[in-house]
Amino acid sequence: MNIFEALRVAFAGLLANRLRSSLTMLGILIGVAAVILLVAVGNGASVQINNQIQSLGANVIFVYPSNARGAGGVSQGFGTSQTLTMADVDAINSRQQDPDIVAAIPIAQSGGQITFANQNYFAPTTGTTVDFPQVRDYQIAEGSFFTQDDVTSQHRVVVLGSTVVTNLFGTTDPVGQTIKINRQSFRVIGVFAAKGGSGLGSQDNVVVAPITAVWAYLSGGRGKNISQIVASASSANTVAQAETELTTILLQRHQISDPTQADFQLQSQQDILNQANSIATALTLVLGAIAGISLVVGGIGIMNIMLVTVTERTREIGIRKAIGARWRDVLTQFLIEAMVLSGLGGALGIALGTALAVEAPHIPAIASSSFPPPVVSIPSVLLAFGVSVGIGLFFGIYPANRAARLHPIEALRHE
Amino acid sequence: MIKLEAVSKTYRMGRVEVQALRGVDLLVESGDFVAIMGASGSGKSTLMNIIGCLDVPTSGRYFLDGTDVAGLDDDQLAIIRNRKIGFVFQSFNLIPRTTALHNVEMPLIYAGAQNRRPRALAALESVGLADRAGHQPTELSGGQQQRAAIARALVTNPAILLADEPTGNLDSASSVEIMKLLSELNREQARTIVLITHERDIAAFAKRIVELRDGLIVTDERRAA
Ligand SMILES: Nc1ncnc2c1ncn2[C@@H]1O[C@H](COP(=O)(O)OP(=O)(O)O)[C@@H](O)[C@H]1O
Ligand SMILES: [Mg+2]
Repeated sequence: MNIFEALRVAFAGLLANRLRSSLTMLGILIGVAAVILLVAVGNGASVQINNQIQSLGANVIFVYPSNARGAGGVSQGFGTSQTLTMADVDAINSRQQDPDIVAAIPIAQSGGQITFANQNYFAPTTGTTVDFPQVRDYQIAEGSFFTQDDVTSQHRVVVLGSTVVTNLFGTTDPVGQTIKINRQSFRVIGVFAAKGGSGLGSQDNVVVAPITAVWAYLSGGRGKNISQIVASASSANTVAQAETELTTILLQRHQISDPTQADFQLQSQQDILNQANSIATALTLVLGAIAGISLVVGGIGIMNIMLVTVTERTREIGIRKAIGARWRDVLTQFLIEAMVLSGLGGALGIALGTALAVEAPHIPAIASSSFPPPVVSIPSVLLAFGVSVGIGLFFGIYPANRAARLHPIEALRHE
Repeated sequence: MIKLEAVSKTYRMGRVEVQALRGVDLLVESGDFVAIMGASGSGKSTLMNIIGCLDVPTSGRYFLDGTDVAGLDDDQLAIIRNRKIGFVFQSFNLIPRTTALHNVEMPLIYAGAQNRRPRALAALESVGLADRAGHQPTELSGGQQQRAAIARALVTNPAILLADEPTGNLDSASSVEIMKLLSELNREQARTIVLITHERDIAAFAKRIVELRDGLIVTDERRAA
């Protein structure tokens, strides 16, 4: 039987039982919509994480202290020891051995209760040097960044991220105001342009001060600690060379000959991206698989209704066989009917899932939260459609084969 | 040409065996018009199903145009039904929610034939139903439905027409109409017709009357023309 005829018969059959066909399609529709939406949510989270990591700065490499040396190779993790010094940063910045590094900055973190007038806010304070905006890719929106003189003279000045400004100042112009960090006065000299992104580790929730001032006023007597060095490679292609150069310089300076005994660890932005992406992919897969279960349930619904249809149309099958329908003619007819059911359900499910994903960010409750906007991916749409048609095929085979194998006489005698 | 040699059919229902046919010999030449008569349960439909390749004999042999049907598989039987045989049933057996034209077109679709629409229309016209081509079975009278069924049986131009009590569900006027149509097809197009009926006056349209009793042929008479 030609496909056109099979489609005609399939649509006629579906139209003859509109309610039943719609309910059956609903099963697939919900399943596909769930897959599209949940995968879009996973994708959205992944896109957001990627953006946040990108906003760490272009081609950055993080250097963390580690405890490998002398501890029998048992690392105690990042930042637990204090092996990085300002001299290391200066050596990297002298750029005698590292042509692929543009700039390096030290980072000294200090937690802090920040107050302005009667407002309280908590944000980490980052002590660093003048290359911070360049390395970490921050723009100044207002005022200016601190200067080499501010660093040398331990000036108590800070530059604020936009989140801090919003929370602490409201509509007041922050530049020129004095805030207190852990009860020490600092003067605000600039504000960073917002980087966007939200949620954990927002790049806008920052307070940046000269590292010397942080050491002098906020370190609580812990001395000239550097928790990490951030270096910026000249381009994405030179990150690997830059890492090698960094390793060479630091091993030399720390007088370590065996690289496995290094007292520091490197992590590039790409490393972080890779890690985050593998987590995001796993998340998307889990969400997709959960939604996929509802697709299977929808498929069973199709099988059920096709069995009913075959029983109801036994006599018709007998007639068709009497006038010359072969096994595959009947099989094709019912398979196509099942695939039309599931394919239509799938197409409508794609429409619904996409609409929900697109509309979700406009729902006030979601818009105001830090929930990442879902991102519908074309492959997931194609896959969902393919899978829904495939489900019709898979769950249609048994009923269709049952129809195709009916004995013509018994089918004709059926009432 | 239809040739049955000692054809038996036994139905097995659980432990009970029903012998519907017990060794039937029958030869139907091309162009003949045979009425098969007999009481209910005498095996008429069983015989018809075997002749129509809808079923196969339990024992004995059946040659259709010289081919032994016993050796054919289900799909080959379907092809024979499609090409060589046209069925007319007591309950019309048109496909519901499908126009008369499309019903008539159906055998051509399974045959993979060309020019299906015009051929189906021509068949409908030959039974005087061209003006009802777009009607669904529920919109046709019994006589019209049976004429559509005859058009469907004719559309692939088969040599043999098998009719199992074609007038069983019709009033007497429609019955005569249908029988005249069948006689005409036999006379003018030389189609072989095998007709089942238990009514004498319907059988009277045939050239030959075969009577079955308990699965055996008891009389076989050719009527004087
Ligand atoms: N599919 C079947 N299964 C079991 N018994 C059957 C079947 N078809 C027919 N029979 C039996 O075979 C006998 C002949 O039936 P049938 O050929 O239909 O008779 P008729 O058409 O002359 O009334 C009857 O006793 C009937 O009950
Ligand atoms: Mg009968």
